[in-house]
Amino acid sequence: MPREEFKIPDRVETLSILSADGSLDEELAPAIDDDLLVKLYRFMLLGRRFDERLLNLQRQGRIGTFPPVSGQEASQVGPVSVLEEEDWLVPSFREAVAEMWRGRSMESIIISASGFSEGASEAGGENNLPVSVPVGSQMLHAVGIGWGMKYREKKNVVMTFFGDGATSEGDFHEAMNFAAVYRAPVVFICQNNHWAISIPRSKQTRSKSIAQKAVAYGMPGIQVDGNDILATVAASREAVDRARDGEGPTLIEAVTYRMSVHTTADDPKRYRKDDEVESWRAKDPLTRFAGYLSEKGLLDEEKIQAVESEIKESIQAAVDHAEEKMKSMGDPMDMFDHTYEERPAYLEEQRQFLARELKEEANHG
Amino acid sequence: MAKLNMVQALNLALAQEMEKDDSVIVIGEDVGVDGGVFRVTDGLIDRFGERRVVDTPLAESGIAGMSIGMAIYGLKPVAEIQFSGFAYHCFHQIESHAARLRLRSQGAVTVPMVLRAPYGGGVRALEHHSESREAYWAHMPGVKMVIPSGPRNARALMVSAIRDPDPVIFYEAKALYRAFREEVPDEEETLPIGESQIVREGTDLTMIAYGAMIRPVLEAADELEKKKGVQTEVIDLLTVSPLDDRLFTESVKKTGRAVIVHEAPRSFGPGAEIVSRLVEKSFYHLEAPIARVTGFDMVIPLFAREKAYIPSAGRIFRAAVQALETEP
Repeated sequence: MPREEFKIPDRVETLSILSADGSLDEELAPAIDDDLLVKLYRFMLLGRRFDERLLNLQRQGRIGTFPPVSGQEASQVGPVSVLEEEDWLVPSFREAVAEMWRGRSMESIIISASGFSEGASEAGGENNLPVSVPVGSQMLHAVGIGWGMKYREKKNVVMTFFGDGATSEGDFHEAMNFAAVYRAPVVFICQNNHWAISIPRSKQTRSKSIAQKAVAYGMPGIQVDGNDILATVAASREAVDRARDGEGPTLIEAVTYRMSVHTTADDPKRYRKDDEVESWRAKDPLTRFAGYLSEKGLLDEEKIQAVESEIKESIQAAVDHAEEKMKSMGDPMDMFDHTYEERPAYLEEQRQFLARELKEEANHG
Repeated sequence: MAKLNMVQALNLALAQEMEKDDSVIVIGEDVGVDGGVFRVTDGLIDRFGERRVVDTPLAESGIAGMSIGMAIYGLKPVAEIQFSGFAYHCFHQIESHAARLRLRSQGAVTVPMVLRAPYGGGVRALEHHSESREAYWAHMPGVKMVIPSGPRNARALMVSAIRDPDPVIFYEAKALYRAFREEVPDEEETLPIGESQIVREGTDLTMIAYGAMIRPVLEAADELEKKKGVQTEVIDLLTVSPLDDRLFTESVKKTGRAVIVHEAPRSFGPGAEIVSRLVEKSFYHLEAPIARVTGFDMVIPLFAREKAYIPSAGRIFRAAVQALETEP
């Protein structure tokens, strides 16, 4: 056997449709009806404004720490926008706007960020999992769900999100491998936001791209401009269609940037330069998309202001509702629910102990 | 009714549950064509096909994580980890998700899965193939840790584990797989998870054990009766966690003396929790220090020395004699 290049069946591509400078590749642009285009814009803006409001609430001490999405709106809204209601979303922890698209209320996010477990129970529809904090671990759940869809002969798809840091985890490898082996209908969305807290993408992997990792597992990979909503929609649509048609999983690397902190407990000035952040501000997903919509005559200053004020009001209403709801939450006795379906005797004893203790504390301090 | 060993009894439980409920899926390394390295899943692939008896790539975290996803989707996966010494790869998935999704989602998402693994020594195996680390799982709120002690209760507990709404870690003593046969009824039989059993009644001394240790415990109890005229009560925990302390705390109130036996290392082992419960609930009835007969605080030695490590009937007998001879 001579020495020659190994021919690998799966391809790795890149995709950019609407550039940062506003130029558009019309041939590649996905067909999206006008209402949906406006809805995409509204959600991206909602993601941005909600983030800003949460940051504000956190700085005032009204909520706990949370992971902002700013800068990554197109990487999240684009992919989930192509899902059907019966499809599943398996998020990591930085996908608030994707969760909201799927039906999670802003109230529930505020309630969760305030330390109340009740927030999770109000998370969207049945087919959306709660956030998963241990990096990369949720990807395997998506594979199991996808396996189940295939077993039950459902034409559904499961989409899971993770970051560039997650690609170093063993569970990333196992999930990609299992999904490919079983040809499970899974769409893997890697939001490569360039930073895993203080570790840059370059120190996470020597691979030239994350998308190319797909090839090793026997699935197609595509690197898209994650700040280009048209590109994230186009690539996701293709991947979802493939999965739905029984052709198995796809890895999409959405190249984007975390414009804000990792969480509100983080100070990015310790590890990255302002210049870098500023260079990404020029590639902002919202500005670019607003320009495109204006060109199409779907958006003008007046409309933008109308959307802005509608969003502002809805966020304010969510904050008010959440704060109202939280007044009646927080009974410590509730912590004894939901460890098992049925509470074991010793846990009931511990519950009664706490009840007595709380009474003592109330009476005697 | 047929006389079955524990491998056959477990196989019966799996086959019958798969027959009854198409959401039951067997998954793991070599569980299909090979029928599992201990043959617990033997023949299931012929009967139920590759769709329901799923051979996986060699990745234990993957098996656990995928099973969690399957359970979330409404299936009832029964995952096999080839040896419990390789189940540490699953630890993260089970601790971080299987055990917590119910709580995290406030009851909206549940994980009714079973993770089976052979545990314990006595079969002359390699390193990583003989350990007893049930305490890791017993310390984990949100999962149940079940260890049967023979063919009949293994079958009944497996059926219950598959039907349980919470994740169950199911350890099977390798030393018991083919050690003996018992009558196992053809018709359905279950045993409640979280309930211990009195397997020998007595008034002078209480022995508390589970899994592979029940046999040497019963042997020691017989010797005590024969040689010392002592009536030993033996409690088989069957479920290590959630720990059912009702029977053993009541028994010790009656006998005043207790010997706890497990193969697992002593420090922070299941025996430590059992002692605590006895101190909390039976203290004023104790007439002697509670004895623990356990593995030593080390990795179980390679098989040339494993016999010296694993509690024997003789060692249990001598611990009992000491407990009996102590004057209050």
